[in-house]
Parts: sequence; structure tokens; C-alpha cells
Amino acid sequence: MSAAAEEVVTEAPAVEAVPKRAMTLGYGTSLVVLAALVIIPLLVKNFIIFQMTMLLIYGLAVLALNILTGGSGQFSLGQSAFYAVGAYTSAILMEHVGMNYALTLPIAGVICFGFGFLFGQPALRLSGVYLALATFALATAMPQLLKLGYFEHWTGGVQGLVVTKPDAPFGLPMSQDMWLYYFTLAITIAIYVASVNLLRSRSGRAFMAIRDNEIAASAMGVDVALYKTLAFGVSAGITGVAGGLGAIAVQFVAPDGYTIQLAISLFLGMVVGGVGWLPGSIVGSAFIIFVPNIAEGISKGLSGAVFGVLLFLVIFLVPHGARQVAIVAQQLAAKLKKN
Amino acid sequence: MTAARQSLTALSMMLALIVTSCNLALAQKAYDTGASDTEIRIGNIMPYSGPASAYGVIGKTEAAYFRMINASGGIRGRKITFISYDDAYSPPKTVEQARKLVESDDVLLVFNSLGTATNVAIRKYMNEKQVPQLFVASGASKWNDPKDYPWTMGWQPSYQDEARVYAKYIMKHNPDAKIAVLYQNDDFGKDYLKGLKEAFGDKAAMIVAEEAYETSEPTIDNHIVKLKAAGADTFISITTPKFAAQAIKKAAEIAWTPMQILTNVSASVGGVMQPAGYENSQGILSAAYLKDGADPQWDKDPGMQKFIAFLKKDYPEGNRLDGATAFGYAAAQTLVKVLELCGDDLTRANVMKQAANLKGFVPDTLLPGITINTSPTDFAPIKQLRLMRFKGEKWELFGDIISSSLSN
Repeated sequence: MSAAAEEVVTEAPAVEAVPKRAMTLGYGTSLVVLAALVIIPLLVKNFIIFQMTMLLIYGLAVLALNILTGGSGQFSLGQSAFYAVGAYTSAILMEHVGMNYALTLPIAGVICFGFGFLFGQPALRLSGVYLALATFALATAMPQLLKLGYFEHWTGGVQGLVVTKPDAPFGLPMSQDMWLYYFTLAITIAIYVASVNLLRSRSGRAFMAIRDNEIAASAMGVDVALYKTLAFGVSAGITGVAGGLGAIAVQFVAPDGYTIQLAISLFLGMVVGGVGWLPGSIVGSAFIIFVPNIAEGISKGLSGAVFGVLLFLVIFLVPHGARQVAIVAQQLAAKLKKN
Repeated sequence: MTAARQSLTALSMMLALIVTSCNLALAQKAYDTGASDTEIRIGNIMPYSGPASAYGVIGKTEAAYFRMINASGGIRGRKITFISYDDAYSPPKTVEQARKLVESDDVLLVFNSLGTATNVAIRKYMNEKQVPQLFVASGASKWNDPKDYPWTMGWQPSYQDEARVYAKYIMKHNPDAKIAVLYQNDDFGKDYLKGLKEAFGDKAAMIVAEEAYETSEPTIDNHIVKLKAAGADTFISITTPKFAAQAIKKAAEIAWTPMQILTNVSASVGGVMQPAGYENSQGILSAAYLKDGADPQWDKDPGMQKFIAFLKKDYPEGNRLDGATAFGYAAAQTLVKVLELCGDDLTRANVMKQAANLKGFVPDTLLPGITINTSPTDFAPIKQLRLMRFKGEKWELFGDIISSSLSN
């Protein structure tokens, strides 16, 4: 290797490299979290269960973004568009075609995968902020596309579509909310495990190689274009499933629900949870669901400003988000053990 | 004289005692979740943040109104607890907040929640739960559907109602009109356009040109030029304030002088007519159902004086010139009326029953002659409007109260 070649690749990576082992939780912690997620709904009101369902759903969407940004190093401010496509796919299939809600989710996932993969084709020529801007365009265009007269018969136009909430199957003695929660939990766990495995696999290593250094990755024989679009596709697919679940949980889809605001929220959730740390997705999701409520509780007129201050504090005190908190906690625990 | 008065007082006191004891014996107190001997819990959802945050004023006005009611003893001794949440105008958030209100805050009803898509999002839920979704703050016509959604009721005249009022006027005064329509490409504009076409019925061909604009467009000049080129002599502007002012100004600039009709949404003197130029705005028609706080002709009006007194004493930060303040005031007053009618039977079913039984009720800030009427088959409280014409620097009401029903 000549010195000249090395100089070309000295550009600082936009996303900090996260070793793949640091991307997940240990088995013990995983089991505790899982147990909590399974048991808590048995003890709380339906409304809290609904909020927990939304927590998982947004958690999935944040996870999807985390795979894209934390895994392959690409930015996206367009996740709301994929979320919307997933939501509308599920809603239209359920209400117009009469399909079972569970079957609509894989279809939503596949359609969004295709959509993301295709969008990844032109997008992969862009990088960093330019890619973020291209996806931003997608997010701003989506609500208007959903309002278009051509699709109005299917999408319900500006009025949106009302979705019927499914009952628990086999006559299980649980409320609709509780059933939907466990249904969502099962899907979330499946996708989480699959994502962890994906990042540990050959493809995952390829993603991370691209994130850390594109030129080095291609020198190692990684098909950069293919893996970048693949990361986009996978991320969009998971977001689509989350969108479909969201439509079922909220029982309604309308263009106003999927504005750029949502994309920014998801991005926020990822940063707060810790970029590249998959378990942080749930923490990030909790942040974007509950902190606006807390801010509103503090001041109604200035809820936006209070939210801003809280966000600023988080970024200032723990710039690496929940991951940083987890690492500190781990170190403390290790110290206590030694003593 | 004094003796007579004393005996009269004694007599009336005795009568009062008898009446109250009868009441106690007859009227069973009945409560649903959210109501008790001391409290009535009312939920509300408003866009305090986000793109429609200007409407947040409505929620703040209502909160102030209920504070005033509580300060003067509440409703039959019960204080109103008004719980208002922010949904940022986003339907998924509305669902979350509505569920929080119903399942966690245990409200008796959700009152005047704002927005069309946001309210559609919770309508099914509210009806399944059988919790009143009372006096929805949206101009869509779908809230008047007691058969399918017996727990949902609108309040203001719908956009379609207003469109019908204009259509009737045009068909009466200029049956050969060639109409150009400019509308905003969203639920507001489309609902309105639909109402307009329905009202014209088989005469819909009178509309010779339609142009839609997006709120993201910096200027709508080119649409106005196109509408003029279509040879129209009547111009209906279904626009929000900024674009309404642009349209009036551009029409004057290119010397297009059709009969102009402006939606009530933009009939603001300070927000539209002044920036568009008074000289360009003369003769424009619109319709209203609320008194304009900026209009001096109401200064001596008893209802307006009560409203001004409320602003002074209980809501000093409220803006009298903002139509949303008068709106929130009148809506809150309607709810208080319904709760008073409920007496001691504060069940959700009785709330809906009383809300569907309003006869000739007049909130302080409604135009004279416009009354609130509902029935078990009519869930559209306000259906009347008055036409007005812009003259000098203010709106002049003219003609009779127009009911928007299609028949007359």
C-alpha cells in the first residue's frame, strides 16, 4: 500500500464505529427486560397497555433506523415515508380487501423493502448530509402523495381510513389491547433477534465495513452498492411492519399522522437511545412518546421549548444516549463485584 | 308594606323548601364515571403545538370560561375539572390522548376536540366506549350522523352548510353566473367544494373553472390569472387568510372585478381585508355566525358586553380580535348549558340526550337571530348563517338569517 492511497481514506467517518458485540445486551439483562415486558401488561390498565404497544411499535421503527445508521452508516430523515407506506398497506388490505391483519404485516414489510431498495438505488450515490436531504424530500412528499385524487378511492384522501381492531383469537380471555400488545411483542422480539443475527452475519459485517470505511470495504471485496441498498431495504421493510402495526393499534391512518415530524422523532429516538446500540431503540422510543407528555405537563404554552430543553440536557449530559448510561451502569456493577 | 314583604318572603321560602324536598324525593342522583356530587370531569384535545397551534386559543379560552363558572359556584354546586391535552394535530397522538382521558383521567365526556382527521381517528373508539364526543371543533359535515355515531356531535356550521348558503344566494340573484372557484387542496377545501357542487346540483355546470392551490405555494397569482381567463363573473375564494388576501389583491391588480365570495374562515378584517387593501375589498360577500370582536357595532350588545367583561376579568391574556376566542367562549357556554339541563342525572347517556334536546339556545357571541337547535335526529347545533358585505372598513350584515337546509 502506498502512502497516497492511505491519505485518500482519512476522511473521518460520520458515524462512530460500534463494535458488534457492544450492539446488544447480555443474556441476563435480556431475560430481565423480556420478563418485564411480558408481566407488566397483566398488572396495568388498558390505556397503559396501549402506550406500551406504541412503545414497541416506535421501538421497531427506531431499531430499523438504527440498522441503517448505526449498522451501515447511512442517514435517513425519510423513515416516516416508509412507516406511512406500511401503515397504508395494512389499512388498505384490511379494510378494502378484507384480509386478516396478521397477513397484512409481511406484505407491508415486503412492499416497503422493495420501496426502500428502489429508493436506495439513486440514494446510494449520495452520502452524509446529501443523503439525509434526499430522504427528507421523501418524507415531505409522502403526506401530499397520500392525498392525491388518483389514490383517493383507496387511501380515503385527506379523511384517512378507519381500521378495525382485531379481537383475541381462539376465544382467549383477554382484551383487544392486551392481545395486540402480545402480538406486537412477539413480532418485535422476532425482528430484534433477526436484526441482531443480521448484524452478526456476513451481511452485517459488510454493513459495518462500509460504515467504517467505504474504500477499505470495497477493497476487501464488499459490493458496496448492493449492501448499501440492502441496508436501506431492510430498514424500510422493518419500518413498514412497524407502520402496519401502528395502523392496527391506532385504528386509523391519515396523511397528517405521517409528516416529517414523525421522521424527526424517530431520528431523535435513535440518537437518544444510542446510535448503533439496538436495545437503545426502546429507550429512544420511550423518549419520543413520553417526554412530550412530560413537557406538556410542565407548561402547555411552552411545551415545545420545554421539550427542547430536555432534549438539550440529554444530548449534553449523555451524548451517546442510553448506551452510555448502560456502559456506566455496567462498570459500576463490575466495581461493586470486585469490592 | 314591610309586613307584606316579610310574609311574601316567608311564603316563597316555604315554597322553595317544598320544591327542594320534592326534588330530593323525585330526582335520583345518577352518575357515570367522571361525575360526582362535587365534580364534573371534562376532557379536551387541542393542537397547542404543531402546524395548527393558532387554534390552541380555543382550548385556553374554554379553560378560562370554566374557571369563571367554578369561581361563581360551579354547575349546581359541582366544579368543572377541565383536562386539556396537546395532540400537535397528529391523529395517532389524538388517539393516545383520548384514551388517556377516558381510561386514565376518567372524564365524563370529551368536549370540543379540534380537527377533522384527528376527530375521525377517535370517533369509532368514543362510540365503542359510549363516551360523548361532544361539540367537535371541525367544519366537516360528518359529525351530524346520529344513526351511526350516536355519541358524536358537531357544533359549528359545516363547510358544506356555508357553501350551500352562497350557492343559494348566487342562484337567486344571478342564475346565469359563471363561477370560478379557488380552493385549498386539503380536507377543508375539498369538503367545501363538495358542498358547493351538491348545492348547485344539476346546475353545477355554472362552475366554469376550478383551481386548487397548496399551502406550500409562495403565491397564488397564476391561479387568479387563469380564473380570470376562464371568463368567470363570480369568484368563490375557499382560502385561508394569507391566500385570501393575495387573491383579493391580485384580482384588483389585473383589473378583474367579479362578484367575490370569501369563506367565513378568512372573513377577518385585520387578517385579510386590511392587508389586501380596503379599496380592493369593497363589496366582497361572506357569511358569519359569530360576532366579530373587532366590529364596533356590537359594543352596546349585551352578549358582547358579557364577553368583554369575561375577557377583562377572567381571561386578560385573551385577544378580543381573534375569532377563536369568541368561538371557544360560545362552545364552552353551550356545554355549560347542556350540563345544567342534565340536572342531577350526570350519566353519559343523559348528556347526549340533553345535548340533542337544545331548543333556541343563544350563546353570547353568536350573531343575533342565530340559535342552537338539536334533536335526536339532528346533531348539527348551528345551521344558520348571515350574509354580510364588506363596506368601508367593516362587514355589514344584510338579509335574513339563512338556514342551510337544501329544501328552502
